[in-house]
Amino acid sequence: MKLQSSRPLLALACAFSLIASGCGDQNTEENTQDPKVEINPNPYPSTYVPIAGEPTVITNVTILDGIGNIIEDGAIYFADGKVQAVADIQNGQTLETPENVTTIDGEGKWVTPGIIDNHSHLGVYPSPSTHSHSDGNEKTDPVTGQVWAEHSVWPQDPGFNRALAGGVTSLQILPGSANLFGGRSVVLKNVPNRTMQSMKFPDAPYGMKMACGENPKRVYGNKGGPATRMGNVAGYRQAWADAQDYKRKWERYEQEYKDGSNPKAPKRDLNLETLAGVLDGDIRVHMHCYRADEMAVMMDVMKEFNYQISTFHHAVEAYKIADTLKQNNVCSAMWADWWGFKMEAYDGIRENIPAVHNAGACAIVHSDSDLGIQRLNQEAAKAWSDGKRAGIDISIEEAWLWLSANPAKSMGVFDKTGSLEVGKQADIVLWSGNPFSSYTKADKVYIDGGLAYSMDDEASWPVSDFELGQVGEGDKK
Amino acid sequence: MKNILMLSALTLFSLPSLGESIAVVGGKVFTMSSQGTIENATVLINDGLIESVTSNGATPEGYTIIDARGKVVTPGFVGAFTSLGLVEVSSSAGVVDASVETSQVSNTGAALDVSYGVNPDSSLINITRLEGMTSAATTITNSKYLFGGLGAVISLNGQSPILKQSAFMTVNVGSQGAELSGGTRASLWVLLERVLEEAAKAGSDTSPEKPWYGINSRSDVDVIKRVQSGEVPLFMSADSAADIRQVIAFKERHPSIKVVLVHAVEAWREADALASADIPVIIDPEYNLPGGFEQMGATLANGARLEAAGVDVAIGMDTHNIRLAAQHAGNAVANGMTHEAGIASLTSVPAKILGMEGKLGVLTEGARGDLVVWSGDPLEVTEAAEVVIIDGKPIKMESRQTKLRDRYLSLQAGDKKTPSHYFRE
Repeated sequence: MKLQSSRPLLALACAFSLIASGCGDQNTEENTQDPKVEINPNPYPSTYVPIAGEPTVITNVTILDGIGNIIEDGAIYFADGKVQAVADIQNGQTLETPENVTTIDGEGKWVTPGIIDNHSHLGVYPSPSTHSHSDGNEKTDPVTGQVWAEHSVWPQDPGFNRALAGGVTSLQILPGSANLFGGRSVVLKNVPNRTMQSMKFPDAPYGMKMACGENPKRVYGNKGGPATRMGNVAGYRQAWADAQDYKRKWERYEQEYKDGSNPKAPKRDLNLETLAGVLDGDIRVHMHCYRADEMAVMMDVMKEFNYQISTFHHAVEAYKIADTLKQNNVCSAMWADWWGFKMEAYDGIRENIPAVHNAGACAIVHSDSDLGIQRLNQEAAKAWSDGKRAGIDISIEEAWLWLSANPAKSMGVFDKTGSLEVGKQADIVLWSGNPFSSYTKADKVYIDGGLAYSMDDEASWPVSDFELGQVGEGDKK
Repeated sequence: MKNILMLSALTLFSLPSLGESIAVVGGKVFTMSSQGTIENATVLINDGLIESVTSNGATPEGYTIIDARGKVVTPGFVGAFTSLGLVEVSSSAGVVDASVETSQVSNTGAALDVSYGVNPDSSLINITRLEGMTSAATTITNSKYLFGGLGAVISLNGQSPILKQSAFMTVNVGSQGAELSGGTRASLWVLLERVLEEAAKAGSDTSPEKPWYGINSRSDVDVIKRVQSGEVPLFMSADSAADIRQVIAFKERHPSIKVVLVHAVEAWREADALASADIPVIIDPEYNLPGGFEQMGATLANGARLEAAGVDVAIGMDTHNIRLAAQHAGNAVANGMTHEAGIASLTSVPAKILGMEGKLGVLTEGARGDLVVWSGDPLEVTEAAEVVIIDGKPIKMESRQTKLRDRYLSLQAGDKKTPSHYFRE
């Protein structure tokens, strides 16, 4: 079974319609094939439409291009939703733009790629955090690959709007970490709108949440298990073995059909379908895992069943095994300084992010918080300066990899966004100053070239339905 | 590693022996007293206390000099609302003396006293203090009772923590408090008033010889009397403007009680009334989401608007990461609070709220010798505490976390091969 998003669908639906209309002749020769059963890889397609933008040039501005370069006196031009040109004016480059483009003088300001948070629960654990809204953990079984976060996302969560004011242009919404297999994630453009589909990042791959350690064993310890870490690992292994079996059944079906016989398609299993998608390389694994020793075990499980872990999330002890993470090509999505709230977070250190980066592994700043997501630039700034004080000398332009490029790679959208390279989506933040300062704020946030937020223009501040007609509607947030 | 080595070497050389006198010289000093902020100041510390702060002052003989030129000097920060020393690991593990179910000694929670539970060896103490926080209010934060019991003021000196026992009493008069009182404020406030009335009417002798049929236990009554006299301030947690108006009305009914408003997400809506009633607030200024229906007016401007109305604002509500209070204050400043009020929210204001005015959060003669030399503006996320002095003694800038860091960074740097096993070094 392949889940290729390019494949147009619907032999399955066609099969039903054939039967219903009777157009398929059941009585022809014996070796006539039934219509091939194919699975729609994209049944909830994106209806996202970018905000209409104007061709815009920002001049006289400091630019972090997101791939490790800084331009002290630069200019950037974007139009038609894409980055069109970036110029280093100080070093003699010029920027050719058509007439009548909107020009913004960026003196004293900085431009960066939009921040991308690869670990958010906005919409699935929204504000207000009432029980009625608690839709992030399907705590009914430890293996729930069949649930998709996008079916829980409440687009009226005011948290999306606050994150936008913090310069977040794309984000991955993950199921929670109660389950060994928590279900599929969804990648969104941070343009709050009526439906999940209208926020859905076009052509972003799916992710799948997994979880190590304390949470699954706490949740299922008295509900039939797993009750221990060894129980957790047994749970992953059995599920992967089941997924291998499922995948072989579909491959046999495909092969027999291709060979001209008329095989019966296997019954769909939505849980194993997601896991098989991982084994096929179409779905990316995002695994909640704190401890170094557990991450090492999971990288062996990964090899045993021949799949790739995209990213360990939280990875509080990644600094202990940064070399192994590099060898295995696994990213770590981390907080700057959270620690101690549970035993597996007890060994957190402030230099985790720069230490992982310094070892040549992929480091990401993530939030896992509706407050933290509003100032991920400050989280990166803390990690960057803590690293410096510990002798890890990383430039600010390189540190920005943690906020845009690396999370984009982790989610499989770096070919589309996450840097200010020409042709990329114009997901851009104009900051009021150096974004590694407590006092700096996002001045303007562009998504696909459209102005999604402007600090000084109250009319641009998004207000969710939930906040409409309530105290604080339209207030400064 | 160079910077760290240089810094720790500096700290080691300048580490005075017990009773030694210290001069912190050349820094920009936020005294938080009537002396204001002084450039190129000399702070003298003697016998564990601040001796003087002068501009360009001479250093007397016999003082160990700490060079603070180009640096910023502040009083040690005061954690306004924490459970430091009461919690090691919050969830499913370790010591948690900050939570209480039920106890024989209390019916309303007033009698509980955290000063018996503070562990100065908690790893949180070192981790917190080397980021510039030298003392804190600590209290039960999870109670099934009406009251959260008596909080204490502690020093992070790592030895004798208690600076003030019975420093304050906590009560939640928002949704959480309502839930504990039958699910409604209609019961919560009646209960609170009855409990106070009972304590007021009870004689001073609530001895075991006499029968007692009160809502409170005998021990609760004794403590509530101290709240009513104003000796022990009452920290009242509430978020909505409606609940905050009830707090202000409560203060009017009980003028002798020292009321402090805690969390206070919508406090900005009642800022003038809070200022008139002389009620200070402790806030998390980053809280700007409607997490519940009593927080619909949440905004990053809360701190600034309270300051503008003349309300005293303290910042810092957390435990494991109370060390981030300076970042919180920085964000309050980024959203309109003055920088001066931002520093005060971490020093003089919490000290005053906790009844430690002139002792903590200020660099003035006679104050405790708690002082921090910062690499720059302490509210900037990229700056850090470089020298921390508690009780007149520079602390070793070391914690579990710095030791973990050093062990694994040296491994990474190739100083050591992949270890076959751990060893003490």
